[in-house]
Amino acid sequence: MTGTPCPKCESLLELYLDGELSEAEVSEAEVHLDECGYCQRQYRFERAFRSYLRQALAGEPMSPELRVKLVALRITAHRADGA
Amino acid sequence: MSGQAPDTTGRELAEEARNRVRFEEEALAYADQVYQVARHLAGSKEEAEELMQETYARAFRSWRSYTPGTNMRAWLLRILTNINIDRGRKKQRQPLTQSLEEGDYSLYDRLEEVAGPGAAEDEERLLHRLSQSDIVDALAALPHDFRDALVLVDLGEFSYQEAAQILSIPIGTVMSRLHRGRRILRQSLASSLGEGT
Repeated sequence: MTGTPCPKCESLLELYLDGELSEAEVSEAEVHLDECGYCQRQYRFERAFRSYLRQALAGEPMSPELRVKLVALRITAHRADGA
Repeated sequence: MSGQAPDTTGRELAEEARNRVRFEEEALAYADQVYQVARHLAGSKEEAEELMQETYARAFRSWRSYTPGTNMRAWLLRILTNINIDRGRKKQRQPLTQSLEEGDYSLYDRLEEVAGPGAAEDEERLLHRLSQSDIVDALAALPHDFRDALVLVDLGEFSYQEAAQILSIPIGTVMSRLHRGRRILRQSLASSLGEGT
């Protein structure tokens, strides 16, 4: 990718995407994103990557057998308490 | 002989029983979400299922320590991650290899190289070069500490503060583990692209 990497931007972008910046910092990040083509591309890629990662890692749902076992544990806990 | 009025004690017991049922129903309603996190914290489906059972057994036993109205999912995941950390300590310690943060880790650059000219502007197209199994394997290969932080924040969608509470570590440690975990994951995926070419 063309452009000049900037360590400060990398860190800012990560916090921005994580929703961990204050309002003032969000404004600062957005002003920078408007001006910096390198960061814009990084931002678009990171956002797409995170979404792709979540899709790829969304596994199969819990099995019905496991659900039955969890419900049984509830009964076991009641018995242990003499409830 | 008891000095308490029997009807007061009866009401208290009935209220406690109702609270307990409410707690259990709520905890079970989160089971699918908790399982998705367990699946990636544990090494296999079998381990994830064991982890879920231990977590729910402990949760049902210690239901009184949950404060109604607080974040139930975070409460369950705190139990789950603690059990998982204890199991991990007993079973394995994965040493960090020195090469983890060396070299050019840029996944974006590597994907562009592999996809060829003109592909850079289409992130979706670039990302489809990564297979689901490569992603699952790269996450599974991350050292425990980094994987825990990454799974909680990127998959569990917890804030840094919530992840810190769940893992019982300072927020700064969550940030550094997350940052390093992400770098390692991307570097590992970039390397996996090289292997097939």
